[in-house]
Amino acid sequence: MEPYLALLLVGVLPSEVWRWLGLVLGGGLDEDSEIIMWVRAVATALIAAVVARIVLIPPGALASVPLGVRLAALGIGFLAFLLIRRSAFAGVLVGEAVLVAGALAFGG
Amino acid sequence: MSETSSQRAPGSGFFDGLRAALKSIFFYVLLGHYSGIGALSYEFGFDPVWMVLCTLLIWAAPAQVIVISTLGTVTLIEVAVAVTLSSVRLLPMVAALLPMLQREGTRQRELVLPMHLTAISVWAEGMRLLPGVPKHERIGYYNGLGVGLLSAATLASAVGFYLAARLPPLFAAGLLFLTPMSLLMSSVRNTRTLVDGLAFGLGVVVGPVIAAQKIGLDLMWTGLIAGTAAYAVHRIREATT
Repeated sequence: MEPYLALLLVGVLPSEVWRWLGLVLGGGLDEDSEIIMWVRAVATALIAAVVARIVLIPPGALASVPLGVRLAALGIGFLAFLLIRRSAFAGVLVGEAVLVAGALAFGG
Repeated sequence: MSETSSQRAPGSGFFDGLRAALKSIFFYVLLGHYSGIGALSYEFGFDPVWMVLCTLLIWAAPAQVIVISTLGTVTLIEVAVAVTLSSVRLLPMVAALLPMLQREGTRQRELVLPMHLTAISVWAEGMRLLPGVPKHERIGYYNGLGVGLLSAATLASAVGFYLAARLPPLFAAGLLFLTPMSLLMSSVRNTRTLVDGLAFGLGVVVGPVIAAQKIGLDLMWTGLIAGTAAYAVHRIREATT
């Protein structure tokens, strides 16, 4: 399919529809309700699968970095996030540093 | 309209919102995240105009990464289902935001732009800052905040796209790696409970296992299975403590 049409039909529409529904339904939805908690867990697990997909079957230049290095960078980046005051910035920085250093050391 | 109740020029709310966007931590988070998304679109062969539209019109990083990385490799239905599930979280966010923006006489059409601008970054800053903004300036303020952050993201994605084509492979790899790293961080950093962290951990493991079965719709199944399992663990723990 034409990529612009595909963008509208399977990208913009299925995302935007939830904003419209939120506007129509309005208040009365509790951020901490059980159903919302479940919905968020499903979305988070789905996004985790997307992350796994990019790390395991990487696009373009990332494919030249060995699999072990990619996995180590993700894991050590996460550890850094946990250890350094739960800072997302520290996590991204350490993950990136491990990726680059690992690629240099083990062939990239 | 009650512009007369304020001594300030009309539209000053919008510019206050823009300024707040520049001072937001999310401004810098989005620069990193979206330069990665720009690089990703380059590697998957999309043109720059498509990529800019993707950011302006979807304006939800996880949904964009799904579209960019799966369009052309799986069926359109599968892409649509995955995007739908990843974006459900926008509904409660919009619903929670509405009471802050609405006042007597607010028309639905004034709320269309604020709703579209609602993404995790804009919403989180809006919920934090709006209580300190006069009621009649809030829609303008929120629009300014949203336009500021969306502009930063769009610009960063264009820069990422440009750089991915020109950087040495090692740096391009680093740029691409910003996407999984940022998605991981944004998924776990705001966890108020164990559920989201556990859902992410299970999803990373269950995802590739399900993908290997080649049953199709693997992102959806991973979300439903791993997400529900994480939620079930949370319920069982609550019941036993």
